[in-house]
Order: sequence, then structure tokens, then C-alpha cells
Amino acid sequence: MTAPAPGQALRRALGAAFGGAMNLLEAPMRLAQAKLRGGRIGWVFVVPNLSVFGLFTFLPILIDLVYAATGGNQLFPAQRPYVGTANFRALLACRNYLDPNTCTRDLFWHGVYNTAEFVVLQVGFMVGLSLVTALALNRPGRGRGFFRAVFFYPVLLSPVVVALIWKWVLQRYGVLNALLSALGLAPHDWLLNATTAFFWSVFVSIWAHMGFYTLILLAGLQAIPRDVYEAAAMDATPPWRRFRRITLPLLMPSLLVVLVLALIRAVQIFDEVYVLTGGGPGTSTTFLVQFIYQTGFAQQVREYGMAAAASLLLAGVLMALTVLQLRLARPKS
Amino acid sequence: MSGLVGMLTARRGRLARDWTDWASLAYLLLGVLVMFLPVLWLFASSLKSDQALNAFPPTFLPWEPAQVAVPGQPGHLPLMQVTAGPLAGRRLAELRHIGLMAQMLDPARPGRVLPIPVRDLRPVLRLHASWSNFTDLVRRFNFFGYFWNSVLITTLATLITLLINSMAAFALSKYRFAGRDAVFALMLATLMVPPTIVLVPNFLIAARLDLVNSIWGVIWPGVATPTGVFLLRQYMLTIPDDLIEAARMDNASEWRIYWRIVLPLSAPALAVLAIFSVMWRWNDFLWPMVVLNRSSVFTLPLALFSFQGDLQTQWHYLLAMTVLTLLPVTVIFLFLQRSITQGIASAGVK
Repeated sequence: MTAPAPGQALRRALGAAFGGAMNLLEAPMRLAQAKLRGGRIGWVFVVPNLSVFGLFTFLPILIDLVYAATGGNQLFPAQRPYVGTANFRALLACRNYLDPNTCTRDLFWHGVYNTAEFVVLQVGFMVGLSLVTALALNRPGRGRGFFRAVFFYPVLLSPVVVALIWKWVLQRYGVLNALLSALGLAPHDWLLNATTAFFWSVFVSIWAHMGFYTLILLAGLQAIPRDVYEAAAMDATPPWRRFRRITLPLLMPSLLVVLVLALIRAVQIFDEVYVLTGGGPGTSTTFLVQFIYQTGFAQQVREYGMAAAASLLLAGVLMALTVLQLRLARPKS
Repeated sequence: MSGLVGMLTARRGRLARDWTDWASLAYLLLGVLVMFLPVLWLFASSLKSDQALNAFPPTFLPWEPAQVAVPGQPGHLPLMQVTAGPLAGRRLAELRHIGLMAQMLDPARPGRVLPIPVRDLRPVLRLHASWSNFTDLVRRFNFFGYFWNSVLITTLATLITLLINSMAAFALSKYRFAGRDAVFALMLATLMVPPTIVLVPNFLIAARLDLVNSIWGVIWPGVATPTGVFLLRQYMLTIPDDLIEAARMDNASEWRIYWRIVLPLSAPALAVLAIFSVMWRWNDFLWPMVVLNRSSVFTLPLALFSFQGDLQTQWHYLLAMTVLTLLPVTVIFLFLQRSITQGIASAGVK
């Protein structure tokens, strides 16, 4: 007899609106059904999705090729002069490949080397820490839900928010320097020094993302049957051996998936570091995606062709990683 | 003896406690500090006035120098505690200081000026939260405009994502038609094309379709996600075909079967995709930055980013805006923590 709660009323209203909209589609769909016999009605369901894919994923790859093969700074391809492989040659021209400063597009090579270094450090430490955290979380006991939530929370934050939180902690008169002074240590301009800025870029991106990978690994750990451990306890197996002989092998599939996902994400690092350091000081935290963004959109003279060429090189790397992911994700049957 | 300790520390239904339990507890507590203190610090700092933010070493709570109104004096005067001399312990208002001597007034008896050495004075501090950081932000900057843009983009994009991806997943899991497997393979192949590598062409397409500086320019490119199709298709494969056959017997149209039978039964998978979509959209940065360059259409992250360029010296506003940006996410997470973490763990993709 009680009036429905406001939440319930809202839900009912939304449900009715949604139902009405769906009913409107009923008539045209019936018509299509009458025309398309058998399973071919399936096409009607696939078309909306496929058109968005076509327009914003497949077509763009072809346009990327057109841009990469043309020069100038016009946006519309018809107005761009054909230059063949000149963009790629310019990007890849180096007198000494180990020294980015000898390259025609030195920013690109700084980006390549920084990204490579970042990927190795960030993925290595992050997957390691996620594993340790998942192991620590995977024990019965009070407060586990709380700990899991705390580690996951930063994943939900916008990269801009993440960067500003840490910028505030790391600034010259920030709390980190205050703590160091209290301990009698020297304060630093953390983001104005190439080495420390790079360190904090890695740290902050681990801070922001490790909760996600921890969660996947935790799910993997919880899928390991308990009786295996009980058998090990029967034999008084020490913890380290329990980990090496039981946990690690059984967790390996999840661990590999996490590793590849983290690699794919790390290669595309941009958002939080760009807000945190702006790519500096100098070029010390400029990564590949920032090069693409800057070359294509932030410069005075927009070099779309150069940006597209760099995108295609990045796409090559990502494609290799994705093939690896699909290989690993496929269940062994 | 060791048997006794073991009996006392053993717990029902699990292995005995060992050093690894203590190590993991210590690790988790340390983790809580690293993960959460910076956020807490942000919240505490956002309540400080511009002046208190510049204090070094900083305090956690917003301590401000106290001020007092003295009869006969215009405005407020700083309140000082006398630490030495005959008046030690008294609280006096500082009128001015000349060299090393300060001229002080007793707020109770303001008639007489008391000269006191500056070194014997310490400012009196009191707790004062600067809510004006937040109210100014809402009054002077278009905060709700950005907030609305973000909400609109997140909601519309998520609804469209759920609709068209579930339609595709339905067709791919419940029909046999020529080209079905090719379509599925094609969609999976787009996993290899993240938005970062089609930035330039998508800008061209958005420009051609007149979507630059429109929220639809942000929404459309990401609504068809291979992850979503894959997730939903795998789930729909587990829905028995008998249900669909029975509905066909009752002369239900294919469209009705999709949205009256298959869609409600896929609710758990739809919820997971909805969580992902909201997360992606609310936090999206690079593509909106490319396609939106008029500040009236900015989303919250973009507004925040452009703020930090403009307001570099005005940290009190910047911090308040950061707090307002993360607050909705935090509140949602507090309520849906369990379902969000479990949903993501169960998907295990992307």
C-alpha cells in the first residue's frame, strides 16, 4: 500500500520510455523479417555496429595510409601532395640509431626510446606488484573487501585527476618534500629533473593502473581449487615452495594475459604523464603517443602526414602484441 | 609448547597462521597508505585558503592565522599569543610592527597601545575550512556546464554502446547467416586498432561530418567496441536456444525475442559492459582533447586540464575542482564497490 520509492518510480519511468522506444522499432523490424528469410535477419542486427566500425575504425586505417603517403599541412586528402615514403624516411633517418639527437626527427626517437624504457620498467614493476598484492589479498580474513577496494580505487580516477593529485604531492613545497625535510633529507624539484621526473611518471602510472591487474590476478588465484593447498598443508610444504610449485604454475594463464594487456596499455602511455610533466623536462618524459598528438594537433603547423606515419609504426607494434594476446587468451582445448 | 601456540592461533577451516599472514597484513597496510593518502591529502588541501596552501611545512588540517575585530580599528587585526615577558600568555591584536617592536592592542581594552618585541609573539591559529574555494568555482567558472557535458556524453555513449553491441552480439550468437564468421573475425580484428592510431583520420571524418566541437564527435567513434561484442556474445551463447524457439512458436518477432528475452537474460554481462563504458567515457582524455576545442563543450577532464594551464598559481581553485571531478566517481564506487570489482574480475578482458 506504500507509495513507491522515488528510485523505483524513476526506474519504472525509464523502463517505460525504453520499452516504448523499443516498441517503435517493432514494425520496421517485422517488415525486414518478412523480407529476409532464414538467418539473414541477423544482418539487420549487425549493421549498426558494423557501420560505426567501418566509419571510425576500418576507413581510418585506409585514410592513415593516405595521410602517411602525402605531405603538406592540409586536412583534406584531395589537397595534399603525394610524397611516397618521404614521411617514413624522415622519421627513420638517423646517423646513429643509438643517439636520438642525430636523427632528423629527434623528438620521434626520444619518444621511441623513452617509451621502450617506460614499458620495461612500468610493466615489470606493475605486474610484480599486482601479483604480490593479489597474493596478499587472497587470504581469508577481515577487511579484505576494504583492502581490495582501496587498491582498485585509483583505476576509476580520470588520468587528469591522477596527475594533479601527484603534482600537488610532488611540487616544490609539497607534502613529500615536507616529509623529507622533517626526516632531515634534502627536498627536490621532483618534476624538474629528468631522472626523477621519469621515475615519478612510472610510479604514478603504476599507482593508477595496478588495481585493475590485481583484480584479474586475484580472480585467477581464487579459481585455484582449495584442496590442492590442503594437500600441501598435509605434507607441511613451506610457503615458498607452495608458491613455486602450486600457485605460480596454476596462475600462469592469468599472469600471461595480464602481462600482454599491460604491455598494450603501456606502449600507448600518454594521458597521466602528459598532464603530470607535459613531456618534460626537455624531452625526458615525451612518449610516442605524445609525439603523434603534438605533431598532428598541437603544433603551429600541423603535420598530419608525419603523425599518421608514426601512428602506423605504432600500429605495427600493437598488432604484434594483440596477436600475442589472442594466442594466449585462446583456451587450450 | 608449540602445540599449545598452534592451537591458540589456529582458526577454523583454514591453515594455521604463519609469518606470511603478518607479512601480507603489513604490506596491505603500507599499500593503503600509498594508495589512499595522496587522495586524502588532496581532500584536506582543497579546504585550505590560498595563503594556507603556501605555508611550508604544510599542515594536514586547514589552520589559518586567527583575526580579531578591535573596537575603534577598521577591519580585522591578526591575533597573536605573547610567549615571553610580563604579558606572557595573553592574546593581543597586532596593530602594526616597526622594526623589531610590535604595537599591540588588548581587544578587551583597546585604549592603550602595548609595545612588545616581535620575537615574543606567535600567531594564533584556528581551524577554518575555505568552502569558498568550492562556491567560487561554481559561481565564477562554468563548473556545472562541464559536469553536464561529461554526464551527457557518458550516459548517451553507454546507452548506444549497450544497444548496438548487444544487437550485434545477439546476431552473432543466435543466427546462422552467410558471412557471420567473417563479421565476427572482422570485429575481433579491430582489437588491434586502438583510438591512438586513428587519431588523424578520425579527426578528418569528424570534420567532414561536422562533429568537431560537438558531443557527438566524442560519442560516436568509441561506441562499437570489440570488447563489448565479444563479452556479450560469449554470454549469450550460454542462453538456451529452446527459449527462443518457444517464443517463435508464440509468433514473437525476432526483434521482440531480442529485447524481451535475450536482453533481460544478459543483464549480468550488460552490467559489466556498462561499468567499462562509464569508466572509459568519464575518464576519456586524448580524443576529446582532439575533437573539442571550444571551452563551452569541454568535459570535466578537459576543463581541469585547461585550468591547470590557466590557474597554475591558483592551486586553491585547481584543488577544489579536482575534488569535485573525482567526487561523483568516488560516491558511485562507495555504493557499488562490490559489484564493480566483481564484474571486472569476472570479465577479465581489456
